[in-house]
Amino acid sequence: MVQVEDLIRVRDLHKVYRMGEVEVPALSGINLDIRRGEFVAIMGASGSGKSTFMNILGCLDRPTSGTYFLEGQEVGSLTRDAWAHIRNRKIGFVFQGFNLLPRASALENAELPMMYNGLRGGERHQRALEALSLVGLEGRLHHTPNQLSGGQQQRVAIARALVNRPSLILADEPTGNLDSKTSRDIMELLHHLNAREGLTIILVTHEADIAAYAQRQIQFRDGLVVADKRSIQPSAISG
Amino acid sequence: MLLMTLRIALRALARNKLRSFLTMLGIIIGVGAVIAMVAIGEGAKALVRAQIASLGTNVLVIVPGTVTQGGVRTGFGGVRTLSDSDAKAIMEEIPSVALASPALRQVNQIVAGNLNWSTVVQGVAPEFQQIRDWQAEEGRFINQADVDGAAKVALIGKSVADNLFGNEDPIDAVIRIRKIPFRVIGVLGAKGQTGQGTDQDDVVMIPYTTMQKRIMRITHVQSIVVSAVSAEKTQEAQQQITSLLRQRHRIQPDQDDDFFIRNLSDIAEAASNSAKVMAILLGSIASVSLLVGGIGIMNIMLVSVTERTREIGIRMAVGARSRDIMYQFLVEAVVMAASGGLIGILLGVGSSTVLNRVAQWPTLISPEIVALAFFFSAAVGVFFGFYPAQKAAHLDPIEALRYE
Repeated sequence: MVQVEDLIRVRDLHKVYRMGEVEVPALSGINLDIRRGEFVAIMGASGSGKSTFMNILGCLDRPTSGTYFLEGQEVGSLTRDAWAHIRNRKIGFVFQGFNLLPRASALENAELPMMYNGLRGGERHQRALEALSLVGLEGRLHHTPNQLSGGQQQRVAIARALVNRPSLILADEPTGNLDSKTSRDIMELLHHLNAREGLTIILVTHEADIAAYAQRQIQFRDGLVVADKRSIQPSAISG
Repeated sequence: MLLMTLRIALRALARNKLRSFLTMLGIIIGVGAVIAMVAIGEGAKALVRAQIASLGTNVLVIVPGTVTQGGVRTGFGGVRTLSDSDAKAIMEEIPSVALASPALRQVNQIVAGNLNWSTVVQGVAPEFQQIRDWQAEEGRFINQADVDGAAKVALIGKSVADNLFGNEDPIDAVIRIRKIPFRVIGVLGAKGQTGQGTDQDDVVMIPYTTMQKRIMRITHVQSIVVSAVSAEKTQEAQQQITSLLRQRHRIQPDQDDDFFIRNLSDIAEAASNSAKVMAILLGSIASVSLLVGGIGIMNIMLVSVTERTREIGIRMAVGARSRDIMYQFLVEAVVMAASGGLIGILLGVGSSTVLNRVAQWPTLISPEIVALAFFFSAAVGVFFGFYPAQKAAHLDPIEALRYE
């Protein structure tokens, strides 16, 4: 059997917040390996440490101790600018609140990450168009976010996450602001991207039916991994 | 990259047109005020300089000194040692001296036809024209041939021409000075009054040789008018003239000078200094308003950074480095300040032109000050935009993304 390279390797990861005199532990020693092409759901109640973990995976926050290897490179201790580079090239974010620039069109929003890696205008445009048609928004290129439905806005956000061809998509409660029908559409889209495009997706959610789209469900509680289940066929996808 | 940052900045400014304009207004008024005030100050300085130049700042007048005879001191001119050869020697031997001309004066009654007029008759050399920068408006000035031949020719001042000839052409007319007929060869350009109210145009000029031989019947000269090569060289010229004349007049080291040298440079310096002080004062008052404009930019940029915290968070999440964010806000501040500066320049140039045309104020706009004002306004943008941009660049992306 071919050794599959771990995309993410986390060892004994701790995060402690200081609130004045009091130290509040958020992560208390996480060990986790995620392989390329996996679709992982991270679940847990609020305060379980899953958001902190996502921020560290996303190179937005620094662990107090422990190591985080992304594609074999220790990234937990890099500089702010090096993190910005990694976020730009290797990670695509999808947020609960979409986080689009309100006055920019769908196309401009999708082009945004490429503004920071020196791609030429023509190439930017091309890639943004491809990404938007992949998420089914080729007919809405020049609409601004307030002219789009919640589901469409989240599709723009997913297109934005894809344009720099990242190795990892981090989706933090991507369906939290959507109705159940639209949530299913978005999850189908993410499943499709994972299955057809081979994208590694890490999803944070507290809803079991959303987590059911992933092949692997990891349960967080009090800053520790308490359960890690894999299924060959995600239960939400029939056939 | 810069072009793109510029586009982002322009769009951000266009989003809040009124606010951007009001912020720019501070710079517009500041730069406009600087340009207009400096133009007025420079104009006043140039006017004062021109007035002083018309007096002749580099002009020295050598008059005979006083002598004391039996306890009685004569006034200036009591000795008769100055001669036209002194004037020639001064002009030829002293490098810091440009020109020298003997000058004699006497009040005389002038007769032309059936009219007569009392005025100052001056005997001068051709160099006098350049020393006093006094051109013949009509006809010509006295030339060397007139001096050599002690010709009976005269130039008349504007006031004399008006009083003796009215509307008639005085050229080639005959005037009589002490019954001696003189042919009028020219009319001097108007100089107006001196600071003391003396009418400078109430004058008749004749060759100094004619003055010596036919009018005054003397061989010495009453004074020598000298121009130094430049206003700065006046002091040097004065010293060199002193030693030359002492040597020519055979004055022993323990004896006093038998002449006295007067100059106008002190007055000139005082006048141009006061004009300079005014220009600096006007300029610095205007600069304060530019400073206030800069504070306005800083204020609005700080508001803008707070308002756009979430946007900053989004940009950071997709890979903007701190310096990308910093440039974005800095460029925005500079665009605002520099375009305010441009409009301010138009306003300043426009208003000083209006002041010049309508109120007849002398104004002078130098390209240097316009360039400086533009550069300064852009610098104000950098200076006052720096802190807000720095603040934006150091936001924590997690906090910024959570900001409502």
